[in-house]
Amino acid sequence: MEFKRKNKTQLLSKIATNDRHGENSPYFDGWKAYDNNPFHPTQNPNGVIQMGLAENKLCFDLIKKWIMENPDASICTAGGVDKFKDVAIFQDYHGLKEFREAIAKFMGRVGGNKVIFDANRIVMSSGATGANETIMFCLADPGDTFLVPSPYYPEFARDLRWRTGLEIVPVDCKSSNNFRITRAAMEDAYEKAQKWNLNVKGIIIANPSNPLGTTLDIATMRSLVAFVNEKNIHLVCDEIYAATVFDSPRFVSVAEVIQDMDCCNRDLIHIVYSLSKDMGIPGFRVGIVYSFNDDVMLCARKMSSFGLVSSQTQYLLASMLSDDGFVGNFLRESSKRLAKRHYVFTKGLEQVGISCLTSNAGLFFWMDMRPLLKEQSFEGEIELWRVILNEVKLNVSPGSSFQCFEPGWFRVCFANMDDETVEVALNRIRAFVLDRENQESNRSKLCWRKKHVRLSSSSTRLYDETIMSPCMISPHSPLVRAKT
Amino acid sequence: MEFTRKNRQLLSRIATNDRHGENSPYFDGWKAYDSSPFHPIHNPDGVIQMGLAENPLSFDLIEKWIRENPDASICTAEGLDKFKHIAIYQDYHGLREFREAVAKFMGRVGGNRVTFDPNSIVMSGGATGANETVIFCLADPGDAFLVPSPYYAGFARDLRWRTGVEIVPVHCKSSNNFRITRAALEEAYEKAQRSNINIKGVIITNPSNPLGTVLDKETLRSIVSFVTDKNIHLVSDEIYAATVFSSPRFISVAEVMQDMDCNRDLIHIVYSLSKDMGFPGFRVGIVYSFNDDVTNCARKMSSFGLVSSQTQFLLASMLSDDEFVGNFLRESSKRLAKRHHVFTKGLEEVGISTIKSNAGLFFWMDMRQLLKEQTTKAETELWRVIINKVKLNVSPGSSFQCSEPGWFRVCFANMDDKTVEVALDRIREFVLQGKEETKLEADKSQAQAQRWRKQNLRLSFSSSRLYDESLMSPHMISPHSPIPHSPLVRART
Repeated sequence: MEFKRKNKTQLLSKIATNDRHGENSPYFDGWKAYDNNPFHPTQNPNGVIQMGLAENKLCFDLIKKWIMENPDASICTAGGVDKFKDVAIFQDYHGLKEFREAIAKFMGRVGGNKVIFDANRIVMSSGATGANETIMFCLADPGDTFLVPSPYYPEFARDLRWRTGLEIVPVDCKSSNNFRITRAAMEDAYEKAQKWNLNVKGIIIANPSNPLGTTLDIATMRSLVAFVNEKNIHLVCDEIYAATVFDSPRFVSVAEVIQDMDCCNRDLIHIVYSLSKDMGIPGFRVGIVYSFNDDVMLCARKMSSFGLVSSQTQYLLASMLSDDGFVGNFLRESSKRLAKRHYVFTKGLEQVGISCLTSNAGLFFWMDMRPLLKEQSFEGEIELWRVILNEVKLNVSPGSSFQCFEPGWFRVCFANMDDETVEVALNRIRAFVLDRENQESNRSKLCWRKKHVRLSSSSTRLYDETIMSPCMISPHSPLVRAKT
Repeated sequence: MEFTRKNRQLLSRIATNDRHGENSPYFDGWKAYDSSPFHPIHNPDGVIQMGLAENPLSFDLIEKWIRENPDASICTAEGLDKFKHIAIYQDYHGLREFREAVAKFMGRVGGNRVTFDPNSIVMSGGATGANETVIFCLADPGDAFLVPSPYYAGFARDLRWRTGVEIVPVHCKSSNNFRITRAALEEAYEKAQRSNINIKGVIITNPSNPLGTVLDKETLRSIVSFVTDKNIHLVSDEIYAATVFSSPRFISVAEVMQDMDCNRDLIHIVYSLSKDMGFPGFRVGIVYSFNDDVTNCARKMSSFGLVSSQTQFLLASMLSDDEFVGNFLRESSKRLAKRHHVFTKGLEEVGISTIKSNAGLFFWMDMRQLLKEQTTKAETELWRVIINKVKLNVSPGSSFQCSEPGWFRVCFANMDDKTVEVALDRIREFVLQGKEETKLEADKSQAQAQRWRKQNLRLSFSSSRLYDESLMSPHMISPHSPIPHSPLVRART
C-alpha cells in the first residue's frame, strides 16, 4: 500500500496492545486441545473431555418446564407479544421494576432469607465480568491496587485490571489450613503492597470460592470486614456461586454478616452477583452490582449504560424469579444434583487415592495431585498438566493458572456434562492415576538402583539419560488464561 | 451522611467527576416531563416528550412477524428445545447466525452496495458500549477525537468518561447547512496540535444526530482523505442508517472506501438496532472495524457488554427473513417520512423553518427569530419557556454543542398521531403568540422611540428625565438569566 504505514501498534491504544486481557497465556493450550478434538460419546469417544469450564447444565429441565407453563413470561409468545413494544423500547438504566424486585428476592432466598435486599439498590451489568469491572472503575484509579486471596478466578486479571489500569496483589492462602483467608495473610499482603508503594484500595473475595468450592465461615467474614474497616479500604464480595452450595455449612452473604457488626462502615461493602452459575444462564449476561454505598450505587448505575441486561431477558427473569414455588424447588433440586455429581467424582477419586479439598459449593472441585508430581514445583505441575491434557485427554485447569501458591492442585469442573461422560472421565482419571503410580514406583526403583550402583564409579554418569526425563525442562512462567 | 467527605476520597476520580454528563441543567427538561408527563386523557396539559429519539412506529410489523415465527423464541413450544443451548452460550464471537443476519441487514441498509463480513461483526452493549469500546481500542487517556458539532450529547460520556479521552469539536455552520468541510476539520486539527493535544481520530454520525441529514459522497470522501493524510482514525456511527426516509440515499463509509485509496486500518463503523428497528431495550450494539487488530481487541472487550444470547437468537431469525426485512425497511421509511412531513409542514405554516433533512427520528428546528438576542443565554431562556409554558420537552442546540444559538432538536417518532396534533397545535400557538407579542413589543418600542424623541427636545432642560420610566420596559431589564454551566450534557439518546 502506497500510504506510509506507521507501526500498527502506534495506531492503537496501550490497552489494545498490552497483554492484560490475559489471552496470550500458554494455558490456552488446554482450550486448543479441546477445540481440536472435542469428546463425543459416539462420534469421538477418544476426544478431550472439557473439564475446565464452570458451567451448570444440571437443571435446565426444570427451567424448560416452567417456561412451558408460563408462556406470558416471554414477549414472543401469543400470550406475551402484546408486551413486546413496551419491553423492546425500555432502555431505562434503572431496569424494569419487576426485574429488580425479583432479583432482590432471589438474592435474599439464596442467602437463606437472613437478609432483605433492597430492589432499589439493584444495578445491572453485563454479567459478573461487567459488574467486577464497573466496581473497580468506581472505587479505584489507574495504578491503585486490590488484594485478592489466591487461588483466584483467572479472569480477575482481565476484569479488574485491563481497562481500569489497576493492579492485583495476591493474598497467599495455603493448603496447610485448607486455604483459609487469615488475618495474618491479609496483613502480610497489605504490608507488602505498602512497601512497593502500591495504594491498596480494597480487597475482593469470591464467596463461595472459585476454584476451591468452599464457603467462607462467619468468623473469616467478620475478620475480613474488620480488616477493611481498620484500613478504610473496600470489600467487594463476588457471590456468583452463592446458590451452588450443596452441603453444609450454608452460604453466608457479607450482607448478613454486616447486619450484626455495628462498627462496620457500610460504605465500604459491595456485592457482585450474577445468574450465570446459579441458574446456568451465562448467555443471558445477567450481572448485578449491589453496593451499600449510595455514591457507588449511583455511579455504577450510570455506568450500567455500557452493559445493561437486555429488556427481553429482564422481562423473562422478572417473571421466573418471582415465582416462589419454582424458585424454592429449583434451588433445592439444583443443590441435590450438584451434591450427587460432586459425590460421584470425589468418591471415585478417593478410590484411587486422590483426595480433594473438602468442599460444599461451586461447579468444580479442587483436586490434590501433589503425590503425582515428579517434583514439587510449578514445572512439575505443568508437566503433569500436559500429560493429563494430551494423554488422558481431560481439559482440567492447573492450580498455577489460579495463582495458587503451591504446585500440584487442579480445578476440575463436574457440572457441565452428562452422566455418561462423567463415567468416562472418571475411568480415565482412575486409569491414569494407577498407571502413573506404577510408573513412578518403577522409576524410583530404577533410579535408586542406578544411583547406588554407580556412585562409586563416576560422578559424570550420575546424569543418566533415564533421569533426564522431559519433566526437567521448565515451561514458560505460569501466566494464566482461563475462560471461567 | 457522616462519611460523605471521606467518601469522596474513597472513590475513584471517575466516580467523583462530572464526565458522566448527568449534572447538566438540561436535565430540567427531563424533570419537567417526569413530573408532569402528557396523557391525552389523564393529563392533557402535561409535558409532551419530544427529547427522546425513539422509533416505535413500526412495532405492528414486528409483532406480526413474531406471531408468525414462534421458532424464533426459545420460550415458545416450538423453540424451547433450543433453550439449553442458547442459555449456556456465552462465546464472545456471538452466534454465527446472529452475526450473519446482522451483516446481511447492514448490507441491505446500505443499499446492497457493500457486503459486510460476519467475522468482523463484534457485539457491544448498544451503541453506547460500542463507541466506548472503540475509543478504548484506539486512544489513550489524554488523547482526543475530533467531533463535528452539533453532535449527540451522550458522546461526552461515551467517548470520554471512563476512557479519559477528550473531545475537540469541529464547529459546523448553518450558513452551509452544517456541512463538515475539510477546512473546518483542518482548522480544528491545527488548533489542537498548537495546544499539544494528540488527535487520534474523527468520529462522525451518519445520518447525523441532531441534524437528521445524511453525508454526501463528496463529504465522506473528503473525511476519509483527511484521516488518511493525518494517519488518524475515522469512526462512523451509522446508528440511524435505516431511518433515511427520502433521498439522497444513505451511503456507508464502507461503500465510499471501496473506490478509494485509503488506509483501511483507520476505518471503523459503529452500528446498533436501537433506532432502525426500535429496540433500544435489547442493547444490540455492533463494532465493525476494517482493522483486524481492532476487531480482535474489541471482541475481547465485548465480554464487558455482550448481547443476551436470547436476543441474539431472536434477531438472528428475524433479520435473516429477507422478505420481512425488505417490507420493514420500506414501511418504516414511509411512516417516518409521513410523520416528518406532518410536522415540518405544520411548522412552515407558522413560519418556522427546519433544516432540510431526510433521516433520523427528529428535525432540527430554527427558532433564531424567536430569540430575544442571538445568544446561548437567550436560547436557554426560550427553551425554559417551551418546557414550562408550552410544555414540550425539546432539546436546545447548545446541548449538542451547536456553535450558533437558536436551534432545537425535536423528536417526532416517539408518539402517536393524536399527540402529534396536540404538539403541533401547541407550537403553532406559541409561535403565533410570540409573533403577536413581538409585534406588540415592536409597536411599543416605536411608541417609546417617539416619546424619546419628544423627550430629547427637553434635554436641554433636565438630564434626569432621560431615564423615563416608560423606557425602562421589561424587556430592557436583563432577566435573571439562568446562566448555563458549560454544556455538559445528559441525554438519554
